[in-house]
Amino acid sequence: MIKTDILIIGAGPTGLFAVFEAGLLKLKCHLIDALPQAGGQCTEIYPKKPIYDIPGFPEILAGDLVNNLMKQIEPFQPGFTLGERANTIEKLEDGTFVVTTDKGTKHHAPIVAIAGGLGSFEPRKPPITNLSDFEDKGVEYIIRNPEIYRDKNVVISGGGDSALDWSIFLTDVAKSVTLVHRRNEFRGALDSVEKVQELKNLGKIELITPAEVIGLVGNNGLEEVVIKQGDEVFNRECDHFIPLFGLSPKLGPIADWGLEIEKNAIKVNNALDYQTNIPGIYAIGDVNTYPGKLKLILCGFHEATLMCQSAYQRIFPDKRYVMKYTTVGGVEGFDGSKKEAPKAVIKSID
Amino acid sequence: MKDIKVTIVDRHGVKHKVDAPTDMNMNLMEIVRSYELAPEGTIGICGGMAMCASCQCYVESPHQLPEMSYDEDLMLSEAFNVKENSRLSCQIFIKEELDGLEVELAPEV
Repeated sequence: MIKTDILIIGAGPTGLFAVFEAGLLKLKCHLIDALPQAGGQCTEIYPKKPIYDIPGFPEILAGDLVNNLMKQIEPFQPGFTLGERANTIEKLEDGTFVVTTDKGTKHHAPIVAIAGGLGSFEPRKPPITNLSDFEDKGVEYIIRNPEIYRDKNVVISGGGDSALDWSIFLTDVAKSVTLVHRRNEFRGALDSVEKVQELKNLGKIELITPAEVIGLVGNNGLEEVVIKQGDEVFNRECDHFIPLFGLSPKLGPIADWGLEIEKNAIKVNNALDYQTNIPGIYAIGDVNTYPGKLKLILCGFHEATLMCQSAYQRIFPDKRYVMKYTTVGGVEGFDGSKKEAPKAVIKSID
Repeated sequence: MKDIKVTIVDRHGVKHKVDAPTDMNMNLMEIVRSYELAPEGTIGICGGMAMCASCQCYVESPHQLPEMSYDEDLMLSEAFNVKENSRLSCQIFIKEELDGLEVELAPEV
């Protein structure tokens, strides 16, 4: 069981900054995120896009903002459970919470802060009628263990980096690799596109474009995919079909936690501390809603700050905390590091 | 500058004729959001950067729209339920010449 002071669900900018604000109050944080890396939308959707409304940064790439946040919170040594989705929450008799992920990892904390952005990122599934019948029976949306494809016939569809990269990787593993894409052009990095072209020329990848996988065939498992190319429809022998069309955010299991939801977002008390209808559970950043809500990173930072102050009071109801400026108090990390303003030189005057 | 009329068919097939301002640098996805014609979290997920296709629409009127950017074209090459008249509504900026535009929102995926 992982134990912490504040369990943060979502490792996007708001969740990451909450670690810093909690750290100033000497509270430890642990973050859970369904994605395999921190950064949320900034890393997953638009790492190379500039953001212009972060105070103090006239322009900063989303990926760089995440890198800076990671550096900023380093002294507070947060824990991470990445690549796992927060599935269930249980309130214990003492008012603390146990959150369990889809892989069974348990986390225990007196405070839960949901900073889930638009939700957990789920694979975008192509509209093939019997797709769900073959899930885990030959259809996978995420490649977790490439070894399962050894000596198998694999069909990948999609035109982005994931589709290109995995097609390249699996040529050394699978019996055959077929890449199906609706266009002749690909969205991926130029060197990946060139590598696929090279492997196609060597006969190691079969490229079928412009085409779509429109059907799946099999009894107990996947046996063939149905491909439509122009007016022609044909079947292709296939043990594994891997549709790689990116990720789409869904609120997911959080929606079943008994929280008050409005317009796909969690209602909070913004006049006070961004707490939800369940005491001890907060929601900050894009995942929450209240009158006048703006889904901006800077608003998430503000909400994270107030949430941490309130969390401190919940954990230590008898302690009186006085807000300090970092320019005065400095930043004292859990790793022994300390940053503070240099003291003025004092010289005695005779 | 004036408001124009835009007709938007939502994902339930309901037709909405709405006013769209031409002087606020708004795009069609933002119009859909401001009139709440699709639930939050199901449209404009990437914020209007042509990076998610959640705001895909079908242009039903014969308006001459600006040519697709490279990003929009490639995003639509990966999206689902794409038709000949598909566009990303976040890339359609509200201008006077679009008065009377009619679009239908593509299904949510």
